[in-house]
Amino acid sequence: MSLALSLNINGQPRTVDIDDPRVTLLDLLRERLHLTGAKKGCDRGQCGACTVLVDGRRINACLTLAVSLDGADVITIEGLADGERLHPVQAAFIEHDAFQCGFCTPGQIMSAVGLLAEGHAGDDPERVRELMSGNLCRCGAYRGVTEAVLEAQSTLAAAAREDAA
Amino acid sequence: MNRFDYIRPATAAEAIAAAAQPGSAYLAAGTNLVDLMKTGAARPERLVDITRLPGLDRIDWSPGGGARIGALVRNSDLAYDPAVRRAFPAVAEALLSGASPQLRNAATLGGNLLQRTRCAYFFDTASACNRRAPGAGCDAREGENRLHAILGWSEACIATHPSDVCVSLVALDAVVEIEGPDGAREIPLEALHRLPGDAPDQETALAAGELIVAVRLPPQAAAVASHARYLKIRERTSYAFAVVSAAAGLDLDGTTIRQARLALGGVAAKPWRARAAESVLEGAPADAATFARAAEAALAEARPSGDNAFKIELARRLIVRALSDALAGTPGQPPALPASPFAAPAGARHVA
Repeated sequence: MSLALSLNINGQPRTVDIDDPRVTLLDLLRERLHLTGAKKGCDRGQCGACTVLVDGRRINACLTLAVSLDGADVITIEGLADGERLHPVQAAFIEHDAFQCGFCTPGQIMSAVGLLAEGHAGDDPERVRELMSGNLCRCGAYRGVTEAVLEAQSTLAAAAREDAA
Repeated sequence: MNRFDYIRPATAAEAIAAAAQPGSAYLAAGTNLVDLMKTGAARPERLVDITRLPGLDRIDWSPGGGARIGALVRNSDLAYDPAVRRAFPAVAEALLSGASPQLRNAATLGGNLLQRTRCAYFFDTASACNRRAPGAGCDAREGENRLHAILGWSEACIATHPSDVCVSLVALDAVVEIEGPDGAREIPLEALHRLPGDAPDQETALAAGELIVAVRLPPQAAAVASHARYLKIRERTSYAFAVVSAAAGLDLDGTTIRQARLALGGVAAKPWRARAAESVLEGAPADAATFARAAEAALAEARPSGDNAFKIELARRLIVRALSDALAGTPGQPPALPASPFAAPAGARHVA
């Protein structure tokens, strides 16, 4: 069975023929489109290393069958920066040393981008931690992650105010 | 993962006809099903993708204040809906205590109702499991079973149903709307999940091809909105299934309980409505002594199925805590740690 999928990936329209409906979004990205930023950690929705945005919402790419996403808009870590200019969440992760080995980092950053778009954390570090709980970090860089998310939120809010002015 | 056919019907009628064929399974977000297929615990021959079926992703309100929640409404959309939070705050709190933000963004209400047990022996195809393979035996009986059932279990199966939101929904008399090969029907959510008995593979009251299309909450369920909590004991702060959970709601006439709602999670193969406890509460003064008597009544039939006698006392204490918190009033805004009994007191600061 061959299935033609139309996806918009990081702003580029892509048509992908897949020969097997078992392919997850994560395997499609990594093995067929060579976008290896999203990581395969547990492959069971427990670690968050595969987090990407689908139609603007953060999800676990490992538990999503690619075939079910025909027509969707997908953003991965590779699509976040504006050329050489890092996304504010990426810049904040560097500034706050929010990683050690880096394996979970693409998932952490995409999850943080989703969290900020959702807008439920306010400036409360407890809420940030709770709303980042779907992303595990075995190096234990959680403190830096929380600080980075809060700073990126301030940066984005300031930019939005400038745009409005 | 086994090979399967994938179809994406355009209408509910086409989906039901396809799913009525043996070996079929409905696919919504797949957050549970795809996981089970990866381990081989589920091996459907045909997936019927229902995510594009029209009209199932809406929340509609009746003039009296009841809600009809489409089966494809995503957990996060339901949890953060302001009207749902106002009328049914324990539903919102239960949803936010479950899974992770990524999973809540994908997972649907219908899928949540039909999620399978998290018993490790059910997931592991090398283990004996009567629920997965009828007649195979139950490795949980002599295995790691400290998180297993304390109510309604049988020698054949001691698994629990893992849902949080089902616990709050069953406390509020939710009704499940079903369409199937023989037409439409509706049943109380309390009647959807079956206790294991000697046929634990018969998990729900659904017949082949039947599709959950919506869940209705009656207007009367909003009577406890100002005194409603969902509390959940987990083995870590967040992103874990319940060891024990409780949904509690009180409708007060001064200091007397006019009406009470109480249900437990993590204790049985179904969300467990504690009707005996509700009878104790109704007409009684809303105080610690009443809550303790209600907790005794709720667990009167409980017995350990393994290394889990502690869950019986834990459930009693959680009931008292949930009723006490409900009496104190529904929080004005959702707690930072939804459903957590370990939430920091107001104003307390943790390290950044």
